[in-house]
Parts: sequence; C-alpha cells; structure tokens
Amino acid sequence: MSGFAEKHKKLERNVTLLGAAAFVTVAIGGIVEIAPLFWIDNTIEKVEGMRPYTPLELAGRNIYIREGCYSCHSQMVRPFRDEVERYGHYSLAAESMYDHPFQWGSKRTGPDLARVGGRYSDEWHVQHLIDPRSVVPESIMPPYAFLAKKDLKAGDMAKHLTAQRRLGVPYTEEAIAAANADLMAQADPEAVTTDLVERYPKAQVRDFDGDPDRLTEMDALVAYLQMIGTLVDFEAGEAQEQPR
Amino acid sequence: MDTLLLRVGGWLAIVFFAFIAMVLAADTGFAVHMAIIAMAAGITLWVTINKADYAAIGRGILKAPADPGIYDDDPIRWGVIATIFWGIAGMAVGLIIALQLAFPVLNLNNEYTTFGRLRPLHTSAVVFAFGGNALIATSYYVVQRTCRARLAFPGLARFVFWGYQLFIVLAATGYLMGITQSKEYAEPEWYVDLWLTIVWLCYAAVFIGTVVRRSEPHIYVANWFYLSFILTIAMLHVVNGLSMPVSLLGSKSYAAFAGVQDALTQWWYGHNAVGFFLTAGFLAMMYYFVPKQAERPVYSYRLSIIHFWSLIFLYIWAGPHHLHYTALPDWAQTLGMVFSIVLWMPSWGGMINGLMTLNGAWDKIRTDPIIRMMVLALAFYGMSTFEGPMMSIKAVNSLSHYTDWTVGHVHSGALGWNGMITFACLYYLVPRLWGKERLYSLRMVNWHFWLATLGIVLYAASMWVAGIMQGLMWREYGDDGYLVYAFSEVVSAMLPMYLIRAAGGLLYLAGAFVLVYNVWMTIAGKQREEKPMTETPHNEDLDKPIVGKPAIAPAE
Amino acid sequence: MIYEELRHFADSYGLLFLALIFLSFIGWTFRPGSRQKHEEAANMIFEEDQDDG
Repeated sequence: MSGFAEKHKKLERNVTLLGAAAFVTVAIGGIVEIAPLFWIDNTIEKVEGMRPYTPLELAGRNIYIREGCYSCHSQMVRPFRDEVERYGHYSLAAESMYDHPFQWGSKRTGPDLARVGGRYSDEWHVQHLIDPRSVVPESIMPPYAFLAKKDLKAGDMAKHLTAQRRLGVPYTEEAIAAANADLMAQADPEAVTTDLVERYPKAQVRDFDGDPDRLTEMDALVAYLQMIGTLVDFEAGEAQEQPR
Repeated sequence: MDTLLLRVGGWLAIVFFAFIAMVLAADTGFAVHMAIIAMAAGITLWVTINKADYAAIGRGILKAPADPGIYDDDPIRWGVIATIFWGIAGMAVGLIIALQLAFPVLNLNNEYTTFGRLRPLHTSAVVFAFGGNALIATSYYVVQRTCRARLAFPGLARFVFWGYQLFIVLAATGYLMGITQSKEYAEPEWYVDLWLTIVWLCYAAVFIGTVVRRSEPHIYVANWFYLSFILTIAMLHVVNGLSMPVSLLGSKSYAAFAGVQDALTQWWYGHNAVGFFLTAGFLAMMYYFVPKQAERPVYSYRLSIIHFWSLIFLYIWAGPHHLHYTALPDWAQTLGMVFSIVLWMPSWGGMINGLMTLNGAWDKIRTDPIIRMMVLALAFYGMSTFEGPMMSIKAVNSLSHYTDWTVGHVHSGALGWNGMITFACLYYLVPRLWGKERLYSLRMVNWHFWLATLGIVLYAASMWVAGIMQGLMWREYGDDGYLVYAFSEVVSAMLPMYLIRAAGGLLYLAGAFVLVYNVWMTIAGKQREEKPMTETPHNEDLDKPIVGKPAIAPAE
Repeated sequence: MIYEELRHFADSYGLLFLALIFLSFIGWTFRPGSRQKHEEAANMIFEEDQDDG
C-alpha cells in the first residue's frame, strides 16, 4: 500500500504523469463510444435508393449550411407517433450516410425538414424564402430574398466532388468530369439530361426558381430542399423497417 | 540581431503568402480572411522592426503599474480587458438574436444580419471569446501564484493572447460572411481550425512550462483542472475538426465523417466543450478564487481529488444524450444516458465543495457582494447539473429535445455559472492587477448581482415554460385522433415567452455594463464615496482556517 | 454477435471492474495518513500572500 501511495504522490508532483493520466482518463469514453460505430455492422442498416448528391443539390446544401439553417431546422424525424404523422417516416441512419457534415440539427424553432422534399411546390418555396410571412403569417423565419438575386457561384464542382470522394463518397470518374456540366444542366429545362439522371437516379430536372435564364442560389437551394428525404422509397420498402 | 532578422523575415513571409493567397482566393470570404491575416502579420512586423517599447505604451494605455512585479501580469491585464470587451459584444449579439425571434423584421432583410449567421457569432463570442479569454487570463494568474514561478516563455504567452484574438476575429467575420462548417460550437473552417491548433499548443506549452518551473512541490488542484481542460480541448478540437478542404485557396471544406459517425463525433465534442471548457476550466477558477475571496481553504481537498478524476472520466461519455431517439444505435444512447445520470454525483460533489468552503463564514454572503456572486454561480452550477442529467433521461428528452427548454438549460448554466463566476473573478482581479486598494464601488457590484440574477430568472423561467409548452403542443392529439396544433400555431404561442426572455437578456447585459463602468473607474484610480456594505471589525484571531475543528456557528 | 458479447461484458465484469477501481480510489484518497499532506496542499494558496496584494 505504501508503495502505491508513494507512486500517487509522484503523480501529484509530476506534471507529465498527471497530464498523461488525465488524458488517458478522458480518452476512454470517446474511444468506447465512437470507434465501434465504424465497425459494428448494424450501425447503418442498408437501404435501397441512397446515392450521392448531384452537383446542384450539393451546391444547394452548401447554401443551407452557409445560412445556418440547421440552427432552427432539424433533419431527424424521431420514431414517435406525432412526429411520423407530422413529418413522415422516421429517419434512418443510411439516409445521411453521404452527409459530410450531418445536418440533424438540435433545435426546432422551425419544423423538421427531413421529409420536406416534394411536399410543397417550387413556387411555394421561392415565395416562402423571399418573404416567409407572405405564405405563413405566423412565421418568424428571416427573409432570404437575396438568394434569388445572386448568381450561383459554386466554384469548380469537380473539386467539390473530388474532396467528397477522398472522404469515401462514391462519385465516379465520369461524374467528376461532368460535374460542372451537370450543375448547369439540372436547372436547365432545355438541356439533355439522360446521363445526369442515369448517374443520379430520381434527380429532379427543371428550372426551380421561376427564372429559366439564370442559375441562381435560389435554384440550388430549392433543388436541395425538394430532394431531402425522397431517395428511399418507404412504400416499397416496408419489409426493411425495424420497429423499435 | 540574428533573431530579429529571423523574426522580421518570418512575419514578412506570412504577409507575402497571405497576400498571394488573397489574390488567388477561390471565394470572397477566403480573400477577406487572408487580407486580415496579412494585416495582422504586417502590424506585428512593424512592431518588431520599430524599437519603441510597445509593451510600455500598452501599459500606459491600460494604466498598468510600470513595475512588472514578481509575476508576469501584463498578458493577464490584456486578458481581463479582452474578456470584458468580448463579453459585452457577445451578450449584445445574444440580445439582438433574441429580439429577432420575437420581431423577425430585425433580420433587416439583409444577407449579413440573419439569425442563421448571427447565432454562431453569439455562441462563439460568449463561449470562446468571453469564456476563453477569462480562462486564459485566470490560468496565467493562478498557475503563477500556485507554482510561485513566473510564466515560462513570456514571448509565447503574449503570442497566445494575440493569436487567440486573431482566431476570434477570423471566426466572427467568417460567420457574417457565411463561412461555417455547421458543426455547433465548432463552426470555423479548416484554416481557422489549424490556426487555433497552433495557438492552443503554444498555450499548453506556456502552462505546462510554468508548472514545470514551479518552486512548490505540490501541484494545486486548480492546475489539474486547467491542465485537463487544455489537453482535452486540444483532443476534441483536432478530432472534430478533421475535414477535407475543397481547395487550399478556398474556405470550403467537407467534414471527414458522415451521418451517424459525424453526429456522434460532433456531440462528443459539443458536450465536452461544455464539460471541459465551461466546466473543468471554470471549476479551476472556482478552486482558486472562491477560497481566496473567502479567505478559507477549500472545504475538502480530498473531495476535490475525487471530484477531479470522476468528473473528467465521466463527462466524456455523456455526448450521446444529444442524440436520443435519433438514428444513433440504441446502445450508444443508453450508454450516454447512464453516464449523464452518474455525472450528477461528481458535479454536486464539486458544488458542495465550493459552497462548504464558506463554512464558518456564511455571513460573508451578506457582507461581500463578490462572495455572493460566487455563491450564486455555484448554486446555478448545482441547478443546471441537476437539470442536465434529468433532461438526459430518454423519456424526459423525448419531450425536451428540439425545444427551448434546452436553450433555457444552457443559459442557466452559461449566465448563472460561467457568467457569474467570471464576473466575480474579474472583480477580484482588477484591483490586484492594477495595484489599487479596492474596487471603485462595492455597491455597484451589488447592483450588478441583482440585475444579473433577475435577468437569469426571467430567462430560465420563460424558456422552461416555452420549451415544455412547445413539446406538449407538438404531441397533443384531439379526441378525433388528429394532431391538434399546426407547427405555425406553436410558433405564435411562443411570442410572449420570447419577449420575457429578451427582457431577461437585457437585464443581464445591463448588469455587464455596470461592471464595465466599475472596472473603468477602478483602473482610472477612483474610489466612489459610499456607505460600506457592512461594518465588520477585523478580528485577527478568528481569521484562520478551521479545518479539523467543529464549525463555529456564525454570529447571528 | 460481437455486440451481444460486449453488452454482457459491460453488464458484468466491466461494471465490477469500474466499481472496484472507484472504491479503491476513494479508499486511497481518504486514507488516514494523507490528512496532513492534503491540509498543507489546501492551505498553500495562502502562503506568501504579502507579495501578492
């Protein structure tokens, strides 16, 4: 016992030992909780339909992040009766498997957006973003009229897709090569988009902001909003559900 | 001469590279940030070349004592000023965004002033600028006094201060321009993260270097808390900040992890930013300044050892309680819940240790407004560390999550615990650092105390009501089997609560302005003519620690 | 499968192990011989106060 006490006295008097012991103590919890998520198989149940974002959706998602939408809108429907009824099917882990970073959020000053895709028309979204209170009088959302005025300057989308591929998102060589063309084509009703839709199944191709002559930030954001939560077909996939 | 040449060359190189990066930048925000860096390096270059004694000029501006004294206090004085400055800025932005939620017209229909961009400005300003400067300044103060050694690496200590201010400026301007990683409390982008990592490692070097140089065999417990705070924040910041830049000349990057893994990494970070930045670091302040102000040793030094090891071991597990009922695997949620509840015990152990330090001197709560602030801070620490474990129970969390209850909980901790203990420490430090006999006014401390207390009560109560009301309205079913309320109806029901909250924030901010005036006048060397708070004759014989003897009942 | 094994370990030996560590840690901190040392440590912030104002 005295040997042990002697050793602990040393710990209290040696800053290197104290620091090392404290560091090991704080590292344990994180290792035990986080590391298994990368190798336990049932963390992400496989589902049909998940694909990486199209360049336009990704650009829209980056605007969503830039404006801090996650401060007030969650993207995570919990498996409760009221939430499923209000928002739609509860969220699955696989649905955010390509989300670098995740956008689950922590606060619902506004409603959850995990299933907002296809719920409203493009015109509704554009009007709501320009002046939220003209469509929802009770709303306290800030107006985002500037999005419709600003041309989308997404930069070189090939670089964005490359960065994502380095992190494990399965973009193909040809998807990266066509990234900038795909960005323009998805919001252009005149463009030939067979390849785009083949690369990104269920991709919605149309002018989103009501101004077909320009590609604006509004186009990108609405394109993103209209696809959130639409990739997995829950009606067809009842068998995959795991009741909890 | 050689070192001067080397330094000048180094700063010149930074100016040069930042300028090139600004010209070649892929986006405007990155260009602005490179311009800021080039200017900061340019100013440092100018200061380095000119032989004028800038430290002396700085001391003149701050009216600091010319004699450096036995301890290196200059960076601490700067830190005190920076703490107050960023505190006012961060709280003012908080008031603005609180009002935006009540009156959305205050978003000004302008890109740079929306709630979404100002909210991270508020959180980062109060946590990292106000809290961070307070932690760096007090740790420099405490580590020197408890180790009886001057700061190791004085140049590096000054670099840490200015480097940290540059980090704050880059982060804050970045949020306004929309440069964000969207990870709460870790929003700055990759290059700002890298800069903070460098500054933080230098901070660790200064702190550990000073402990190594100590002339006191034992390392006082406050330093344990500071040490674990510095090391753990380094670990959390590096792991959670891992990301892949799109271009080395652009601000945008993508987080290294995705979905579930990213969510848990983020909240492992987010919860322990609370656990180690806002708790361990501030407990270090508590373990030094509360005994000093009370003139009594800490209630139980042994309890503080148990407190330290169990707190740092348990805190790190609690992150998953931010992800209850999400797509995170159940086992991780349950683990997070269990450890959060267990965490209640060491938290209250620490609170009791702090409060019981006043054992035998409870009358000081009546006579000393600084002690009163410290006691209130500990009381709020106790309340929020009870509320937190309760909210981490899954059944409670199913109601409270996503609501304003969480916001209220955070603020009862942040305003009550972090804010009040920081103000108390500032009142303790200012007269000592500027060599004044006493503060300008103790009665104004009392005013600050009551303004802040009333503000916190309004804030916490209104958010409690708002949160529970929100949670219940969202899940309310009518007899017909349909949801009763549309989401928009719940939003409009919040308005009165948001107004009360803003009023609470206004009172708290007003209290902080009283502090500014009091500190300003103290530094200017004035003393207010006022009736003392109490007339307590000094009794030399009684003014002693009473450890090991039964407590003497306070005279009524 | 690996999940089940870890779960059982956490519920049994893991729990026992942590409890024993905790108890021995408390026992060590509150051992009677250390009282003097801890009192000195607690009071050390008050020494040499004159230099410090």
